[in-house]
Amino acid sequence: MLEVVNLSKAYNVGPLGKEKFYAVDNVSFHVADGEIVSLIGESGSGKTTIGKMILRLIKPTGGKIIFNSVDIQSIKNRKEYYRLVQGIFQDPFSSYNPIFKIDRIFEMIREEFYPAITKEEWSKRVKKVVEDIGLNPSEILGKFPHQLSGGQLQRLLIARALLIDAKFLVADEIISMLDASTRIDVLNTLIKLKEKGLSVLFITHDLSLGYYTSDRTIILYRGSIMEYGDTVKVFKKPLHPYTKMLLESVPTTQKVWSNSYISLHGRNVLPSFCKFYDRCPLGDSTCKNVSFEKFEESHFVACVKVTGEGEHVA
Amino acid sequence: MSEILFFALRNKKLKAGLSIVLFFVLLGLFGPLISKYKDPLEYVGPGYQPPSKDFWLGTTTFGQDVFTQLVYGIRSSFFVGLVGGGLATLIGLSIGFLAGYRGGLLDEMLMMLTNILLVIPTLALLIIIAAYLPYRGVLIQSIIIGFTAWPWTTRAVRAQTLSLKAREYVNLARISGRSTLKIIIYEIVPNMLSYVFMVFILQFGGAILAAVGLDFIGLGPTKGISLGLMMQNAVLWNAIQLGMWWWVIPPGLVITLIVGGLYFMNVGLDEVFNPRLREM
Repeated sequence: MLEVVNLSKAYNVGPLGKEKFYAVDNVSFHVADGEIVSLIGESGSGKTTIGKMILRLIKPTGGKIIFNSVDIQSIKNRKEYYRLVQGIFQDPFSSYNPIFKIDRIFEMIREEFYPAITKEEWSKRVKKVVEDIGLNPSEILGKFPHQLSGGQLQRLLIARALLIDAKFLVADEIISMLDASTRIDVLNTLIKLKEKGLSVLFITHDLSLGYYTSDRTIILYRGSIMEYGDTVKVFKKPLHPYTKMLLESVPTTQKVWSNSYISLHGRNVLPSFCKFYDRCPLGDSTCKNVSFEKFEESHFVACVKVTGEGEHVA
Repeated sequence: MSEILFFALRNKKLKAGLSIVLFFVLLGLFGPLISKYKDPLEYVGPGYQPPSKDFWLGTTTFGQDVFTQLVYGIRSSFFVGLVGGGLATLIGLSIGFLAGYRGGLLDEMLMMLTNILLVIPTLALLIIIAAYLPYRGVLIQSIIIGFTAWPWTTRAVRAQTLSLKAREYVNLARISGRSTLKIIIYEIVPNMLSYVFMVFILQFGGAILAAVGLDFIGLGPTKGISLGLMMQNAVLWNAIQLGMWWWVIPPGLVITLIVGGLYFMNVGLDEVFNPRLREM
């Protein structure tokens, strides 16, 4: 359904913008019909940038995004595209225009996508979908954004995406503001929609959420993919040192939490070196020109230190 | 819209400010009709007269009617506010919106111009321009003020535009299929509208004060009368020392009330337009 090919986004930095900073560096992956793919990475790894490029809010500087075998940059009619590809943003507070009531985000959809539906019919639909995400429509509708909590606003954004009935959803940290009890409802809603054929790019920094929802996992670090594959395989047999570090840094109840990977070695990442070189405990001069190696069926890793058995060369 | 009107009618600060300003607008409009004398500079009676039935606000040293001068002065003050403040708002908005929305080199050039004008002391510039004009009327004065008062508006509007352009709700509108023009009209402009309105009010008051400042140092209109000119004359002819309070106090009081009323309106409008500041 959606294919990302050698996607890059470079920003000019430094004096006179001579140097380039790659927020997203040569990223390729695909999302099939009815599949949830989670994009996991720490802050600043380029997750949101990838999401925004798919939503055509940021222009890529390299590579392309192909949706239903059409390059999205060549689609002139944006409305047609957004009818099929939708997004939910990270920050619910800034996603609403503060001077208007929240109902406007639903009304906007009716005006742009479903002008044939009457207002009465539409408000019935809105009420239904607001109930579906566990909110009381009579309490919520007609309020201003500042009168609602972050969790309520975020769930309304999810309701908005459901109303459009899109085929592909970019879900950028959609449950960051929700409490544990409502989180699982929202995730289950996503999984239910997936079974109806919705594809989701699930952007998160929370490993357990990624594990719970997604079919496949992509581990991103500094704009590059480190490892990707079936979620179960990646979590069961993490190959890349960074993936291992991420999994070890999930606090568990059974042991005292310690993290040996977090320390920086003070090395600089040189061009053509692995992006994780500066923090990797195994990093040495051989960590150059890394490419993806197939470790097993649908499980790939970009690390020169991984042996055929999934162990690391010291 | 009806909601904004509802909150506007409920807001005490706005109502108080608007009443004061409206009162003086009416006084400026109808004052010359009800005053007994038609020419503010005409010598109509004996000098040094305190307020009486014939001279409602007394007379000047030379026997001009202070009330007539005051109502004509209010007229010219509102004129300066309207033309000078309007011009400054218009220039400030256009340049600020253009620079903020387009960005890039155009932004750099326009901001350079703005910054240069911003650091030149406005009063010095006004003095130089006003001093070289052989004939100074209220219109010329308003235009000079308008052309020098816009830079801060530009900076503020540009900053606002830059910030609004990057908001997530603009992105949300975009992925809701809104066209660029609709986004500007429905997402950016409504957020700016209250600001534009308030900028105009501030510029209005600022222009009045700038005109008074120019008049007071002797660079006012060479013909006609204004509130600043009245104050200058009162000070020149030792009205304070001679105890002629009726000549000194009215123009100063009217200026203070008009500008104060405008600021009250501004604060009230801020509350009306920004739901977060409303008292619930």
